[in-house]
Amino acid sequence: MSARHAPAAGLALVLGLAVCGIAGARAADAVDPKADMKAFQAYFYEKFPNVKHEDFVNGPYSMDEGMRKQWEEKEEFPPYDFAVEKGKELFETPFKNGKTFADCFENGGIGVRQTYPRFDAKLGEVVTLEYAVNRCLTENGETPYSYVKDDMAAVTAYMAFTSRGKPFAITVPDDPRALAAYEAGKQYFYTRRGQLNFSCASCHVQNSGRRIRAEVLAPALGITAALPIYRSEWGGMGTATRRYMSCNSQVRGTPLAPDDALYRDVDYFLSYMSNGLPISGPGARP
Amino acid sequence: MPSTIRVRATASGDQTDVQSLIQHPMDSGYVKDAKGELIPPHYIETVTFEHDGKVVLTAFWGPAVSKDPYLKFKFSGAKKGDELKVTWTDNLGKTDSSVAKIG
Repeated sequence: MSARHAPAAGLALVLGLAVCGIAGARAADAVDPKADMKAFQAYFYEKFPNVKHEDFVNGPYSMDEGMRKQWEEKEEFPPYDFAVEKGKELFETPFKNGKTFADCFENGGIGVRQTYPRFDAKLGEVVTLEYAVNRCLTENGETPYSYVKDDMAAVTAYMAFTSRGKPFAITVPDDPRALAAYEAGKQYFYTRRGQLNFSCASCHVQNSGRRIRAEVLAPALGITAALPIYRSEWGGMGTATRRYMSCNSQVRGTPLAPDDALYRDVDYFLSYMSNGLPISGPGARP
Repeated sequence: MPSTIRVRATASGDQTDVQSLIQHPMDSGYVKDAKGELIPPHYIETVTFEHDGKVVLTAFWGPAVSKDPYLKFKFSGAKKGDELKVTWTDNLGKTDSSVAKIG
């Protein structure tokens, strides 16, 4: 809960400093990602004492025995298999200029998913894996992918697959722009919206592990580690962006544009919260 | 073109467990797209599993079967190392097949 009050406290601090006549330059100190992460993880570990920490990345399956059994059987024959294969093919097929995706990423793009999203100081913005994939395409004169599914889901599925088990290693550098992006993502996560007046946190923090109709709500902790996912409800693969957009419409709100920077900020915030938890994507969800 | 078929067959004793997943849109012909136009029917009509030249299972499918269908069955008479051939044919005459080794 304390995390929810942090912005208000931060604002009070800023006002206090301003009143005292101290330059606003120190105001960024009020954003404390490390403390947020500690509180965030502690909240879930206390709420679900019987769930192993690294199991949070398996979402609803870490909370429900019956669902877990179905999932384990499904994992023997995973529905995202075709996407991983297609992603590998796209990843290895050279662009028109002869380069490949491997030229755009460290380590040739293999086993790097856990370092995204990251703050790019040169661009001054958050770069998610999806954003990096599209930047790679445009820089090489190719047409960018849709942020929602198909090729984007396939390539990110393959990249996640090669990074399985590696712990999330997201950093928020001490750069006011990075802290602002982090804070924007956090605000978005805790802001209520839509006709149902739900925030992301209403379902995935306060009510995580509970049922919403036939579904078990996944805990926000580790939720991005499983992306992209094959959702049976979608009958196909979807990216992190698709997940955020469908959350928005499920609370009867209007989703942002798929390439909106705010979605990248939310991804940044959520992935930072999950630091230390292993990548489990691509995932399969009901 | 990657295969549209995934097969896993495991023999234990006389019995062989087969699981398969086929990538196919399975359009019924009754669903409309975003523009409101009907998506033409496109679905698998037959799937056959052959072991040692002998058909062990034939499935007659139609528009009511879901997208990317999954099939699981058992048969007897095969042993580890044998080959199992899977073939599907759809209403447009398209076909694909794959051979899996029984493990």
